[in-house]
Amino acid sequence: MAIGSTTSAALKPVRTRHVDLAAIGARDALLDRLFKGAFATAAWLVLIVLIAVAVSMLWGGRQAFSTFGWSFLISSDWDAVQQKFGALVPIYGTLVTALIAMLIAVPVSFGIALFLTEVAPNWMRGPVAAAIELLAGIPSIIYGMWGLFVFVPFMAAYVIPFLNAHLGNLYILGPLFSGPPLGIGMLTAGIVLAIMVIPFISSVMRDVFLTVPSRLKESAYALGSTTWEVAWDVVLPYTRTAVIGGVFLGLGRALGETMAVTFVLGNAHQLTASLLMPGNSIAATLANEFTEADSELYRSSLIALAFLLFVVTFIVLAIAKWMLMRLAKKQGS
Amino acid sequence: MATMEQLYFRRRIRNALALALSLIATVFGLFWLVWILWTALSNGLAAINGALFTQMTPPPGSDGGLLNAFFGSLVMSGLALLIGAPIGIAAGTYLAEYARKHVIGETIRFVNDILLSAPSIVLGLFVYTIVVRTMGHFSGLAGALALALIVIPVVVRTTDEMLQLVPSAMREAALSLGVPQWKMTLQVLYRAALPGIVTGILLALARISGETAPLLFTALNNQYWSTDLSQPLASVPVVIFQYAMSPYDSWHALAWAGAFMVTLFVLLLSLFSRAVLLRKRIAND
Repeated sequence: MAIGSTTSAALKPVRTRHVDLAAIGARDALLDRLFKGAFATAAWLVLIVLIAVAVSMLWGGRQAFSTFGWSFLISSDWDAVQQKFGALVPIYGTLVTALIAMLIAVPVSFGIALFLTEVAPNWMRGPVAAAIELLAGIPSIIYGMWGLFVFVPFMAAYVIPFLNAHLGNLYILGPLFSGPPLGIGMLTAGIVLAIMVIPFISSVMRDVFLTVPSRLKESAYALGSTTWEVAWDVVLPYTRTAVIGGVFLGLGRALGETMAVTFVLGNAHQLTASLLMPGNSIAATLANEFTEADSELYRSSLIALAFLLFVVTFIVLAIAKWMLMRLAKKQGS
Repeated sequence: MATMEQLYFRRRIRNALALALSLIATVFGLFWLVWILWTALSNGLAAINGALFTQMTPPPGSDGGLLNAFFGSLVMSGLALLIGAPIGIAAGTYLAEYARKHVIGETIRFVNDILLSAPSIVLGLFVYTIVVRTMGHFSGLAGALALALIVIPVVVRTTDEMLQLVPSAMREAALSLGVPQWKMTLQVLYRAALPGIVTGILLALARISGETAPLLFTALNNQYWSTDLSQPLASVPVVIFQYAMSPYDSWHALAWAGAFMVTLFVLLLSLFSRAVLLRKRIAND
């Protein structure tokens, strides 16, 4: 009896501190809904921002599009006094500098990725990969300053005279490489862009090369393949779409890069065959002229340029992402 | 027999050539890194002095420092993280925990990866059209918003990836004890993924501390000391841009000093965030 009474006495306080499980459950259910709602709102915000950027650029550029129509895309006029604007020169400059960058960066990145996955001794791979990735971390304005104060004089003093002397007289390619030794220009901008995108492309290539199953590579080695043959005939075909994805990722970066190009491109609205002459790109035009645009049509034309840039980089980056996802799917299955 | 030997020889030569070229490509990549860092280091160290941190940006021809620019960058970066990091973490949580294999989740992840590489100057222009035009003038607040738009995709990406790395057993253990999902997310998942999420925020900070293009049309620049977020605000990258493009030697020196500080800050941040991730990896092993 005594034991029973003490037990019930001990239990009593618990019973009086009555826990309302239903209320807690309801509160948790409410909080669950609230948190899910907040998380979902934030996620939708990402989607909304992208759409809002595209729509606001289109809206801001409507005056330029309606005034000039399709000729906005093919006109090389850029005259703030006469209020005539065409996008051809910046589009041309953007495409040419990005193309030069890709011509340099793709083979170099392939070489780096090959070195880091097949050639280098193990102890060297980590530090070298980290060092290359540091290049991606350097802010673009530093590339711009280095380009303007160090690389441009170097180009003017050594590279351009050399190109003029040796390539300037070629039959078809000659005009590309003849011009005054200014240093600034599309070739310089392309080279600086190449340096900037090399870390992006090479790190994607390295990552996808590492996904190749070792039994595939070992089979090829066992049949007597050289390292190069394994890389070219086994690794590259296996990862082809993802490698192209990496290249497009770099291209997307090169197209939209602003500050570095602004420093070394020369901000000249002219269409020239020579790669050694100053030019302009969409991003550099925006950076140089937007705060000085003094009329609605001028500002609208610049926003229309931004719209074109956004659409083009969106398409390029979407292709890149899609190609990279295909390899990821192959891995998954 | 001779042709076999010739073939073997040719394959060996081609292999040696290709491997040598890959070595050259790597040296080529590292060469620029060393050259650029050396330029920033030598020019920057020569221009650093006490006035850099105590005086305002000067008019051409006179001495000064970058105090107002450092302050502006600090305020705008901090505000951008305060706005962008919670949104990014929340969106990343949604992607990893609520919509991992869902069509909407996949779409948002796709779009986020595109925003990650989208031209930052266009994002700046976007903030210009919706904030600066509505307010009627450039402001530090608009600059912070433009930077926040760059922070969000970086944080979304890392949060999403880090939460996906948390073992399902942890979720199941918590849920089977009757822990509601919100509490499980806050007290189990975030705790497990904390180093990764912090790394994402640090990477975002590294990214925005050198960003110039989105600030050109939003925060603009301010030659004087200002703490008013509704007014134009100076920032280190924009001052570097303005001073480097100018014809004055004293301005060039200040631009180099600023460039050196930004590079040092960004490199230290990325080394530090790497160390955080490495520690996490070791802890998991």
